[in-house]
Amino acid sequence: MSGPLPHTVSAAPWTPEAEERLTPEQERHFMASQWRLMWWKLKRHRLAVLSGAVLLLLYASTLVSEVLAPYALDSRHSHFIHAPPQTVHLFHEGRFVGPFVYGYDYRLDLETLTRVYTPNPAEVQPIRFFCRGDSYAFWGLVEADLHLACPAPGGTLFLLGTDRLGRDLLSRIIYGTRISLTVGLFGIIISFVLGIVIGGVAGYYGGWIDNVIQRLIEIIRSFPELPLWMALSAALPVTWNPLFIYFGITLILGLLDWTGLARAVRSKLLALREEDYCTAARLMGASPSRIIGRHLLPGFTSHLIASATLSVPSMILGETALSFLGLGLRPPITSWGVLLAEAQNINVVALYPWLMLPVVPVIVTVLAFNFLGDGLRDAADPYR
Amino acid sequence: MFGYLTHRILVMIPTLIAISLITFVIIQLPPGDYLTTLVMEMQSRGETIDQGRLAMLRETYGLDRPLAEQYLYWLFGMLRGDFGYSFEYELPVTEVVGDRLWLTAIVSFATILFIWAVSFPIAIYSATHQYSAGDYALTFLGFLGLATPSFLLALVLLYFANVWFGTSIGGLMDPRYVDAPWSLDKVLSVLEHLWIPVIVIGTAGTAAMIRRLRANLLDELHKPYVVTARAKGLSPRRVLWKYPLRMALNPFVSDIGNLLPQIVSGAAIVSVVMSLPTTGPMLLQALRSQDMYLAGSFLMFLAVLTVVGVFLSDLALALLDPRIRLTGGTTR
Repeated sequence: MSGPLPHTVSAAPWTPEAEERLTPEQERHFMASQWRLMWWKLKRHRLAVLSGAVLLLLYASTLVSEVLAPYALDSRHSHFIHAPPQTVHLFHEGRFVGPFVYGYDYRLDLETLTRVYTPNPAEVQPIRFFCRGDSYAFWGLVEADLHLACPAPGGTLFLLGTDRLGRDLLSRIIYGTRISLTVGLFGIIISFVLGIVIGGVAGYYGGWIDNVIQRLIEIIRSFPELPLWMALSAALPVTWNPLFIYFGITLILGLLDWTGLARAVRSKLLALREEDYCTAARLMGASPSRIIGRHLLPGFTSHLIASATLSVPSMILGETALSFLGLGLRPPITSWGVLLAEAQNINVVALYPWLMLPVVPVIVTVLAFNFLGDGLRDAADPYR
Repeated sequence: MFGYLTHRILVMIPTLIAISLITFVIIQLPPGDYLTTLVMEMQSRGETIDQGRLAMLRETYGLDRPLAEQYLYWLFGMLRGDFGYSFEYELPVTEVVGDRLWLTAIVSFATILFIWAVSFPIAIYSATHQYSAGDYALTFLGFLGLATPSFLLALVLLYFANVWFGTSIGGLMDPRYVDAPWSLDKVLSVLEHLWIPVIVIGTAGTAAMIRRLRANLLDELHKPYVVTARAKGLSPRRVLWKYPLRMALNPFVSDIGNLLPQIVSGAAIVSVVMSLPTTGPMLLQALRSQDMYLAGSFLMFLAVLTVVGVFLSDLALALLDPRIRLTGGTTR
């Protein structure tokens, strides 16, 4: 006998974990949190990412509205009433002078009694950047006068024209963004809280509580939204301070919107409360609110956020419609809807079409929320 | 089927009562009542009002009685077809309202027809040509329709209808027919004016319907029975029409429940812009001046219109789909 017998088993050292070792990529994927997975999926949805970026920019702009707007919210220019938009030029008579506008010559057309503004090619008014202009109170607190862009000294800069009081429309749209975007945000917070609490109670307890809540939801849903909004906002006292009205309107918008969310929460909870982990929590003595909030809700928060994103647009459109009818926000609070209220009659379409421009940010925002919401919903769905 | 029908009707009654209660609460919400508004208005004009007359008015309209009594009085009055008294017009509500309710119903119905007629072919095209250029273009158009505030669309369309076709601005008929009795010309004039509000109100609904139908049809098109049918050698058109389309048609009927409140909402604001002789403008005015019976009747009517519409659509759905008929509507 010499030496060990030839053996079929390899003598090389063997560790059982080696077989199961994952590639770094797989590991990253398996160890990722739910939110990270969602983010990866969302990133593939280009339109949704783009929309998200647009919305981020819009919301960021509301932080510094005062600086972005070339004029203050209420500065009037009585010589430029209903002036059409001024176009930005770069070259004057073949020579590069940087961004500038041509000054307006004003004339009253005596035949049609309309104001006629014609660009005067001799009057070159270069736009200044990071300059001092109209003074404003930044967020109502700090006095300042810094602007991103201002007109040339003695000149004008009405990139989107002016309204019937000669106020710069672009500045007003920028200020309106702050109000219009936050109306949707506060409204959705209210409807989110209501939806989760009411839907949670209905879904977790079931039985007659569920039945009553379901009937209530049906009744609320059978009301046409806008007339109900109209009736409720007509109930806000005229004597209230505009800021109160603003919160009143967001409350009204949120109060009618929670039903869809409550239904989603309820149906999910009805399915999830039978799961073993829920029974385990109950047997360990967890309170219903803890079970709902700690164990059940996190399972579909992502889904809820996606559906909330999809219902922001209806709130923004709702506020716009109410303000347009004069039942919503009131000046001096300025929102896109308040601005559109100026475009209420058909003469505007014919004579001053630029007064309809506030609709552009409305459409962009609504579209962006829709695309982002669609993307989020797909990303939150584990089966896609 | 009979059981289902009675069940639905029995559910509808408490719903309507709850709606009437909510409506009543809402119209009572503003501080004060019509008389306080009236007094304020007269004071601002520098007139004084006789306290005795005020007390008399308050008593005639029952404004001094407890709210519960006022509510019951209003509710039972409505059941008898007495909708109360409009303070502003000093006429019974039924006389003030006149044709408005019918015209509202007509506009809503025409809008649903429009939504069906437009979304059906577009959705089929989009689903059968998924990810084609046409599909993308139509989807984008649909999104745009969802995002544009209807009142602005109304203004622009109104303007161009006037410039291009010479349609008179605003209203549901040519001014010369407003007080005329109904005749063929009047009907034609109404039809000529109807298309703008119908398109405007229907745009958002059409966009939503196209998305629903397209998604449903796509789901059906990927099912094994479609593959089987195709493998059997059926022509593509026949495969589409015979099975998946019928399955996907459910939202056409069932979605009316979602569509109707949306249409009625849209109609309210569009009719203010276009000054249509429907309920919208008058409701707005009544809400502003706290003409509570008038506002209440309009809110009530709009809610009843939707509830009844949803009921009818549920009935139609039950007729079409045995799954709903047999299980009492729980599968939807």
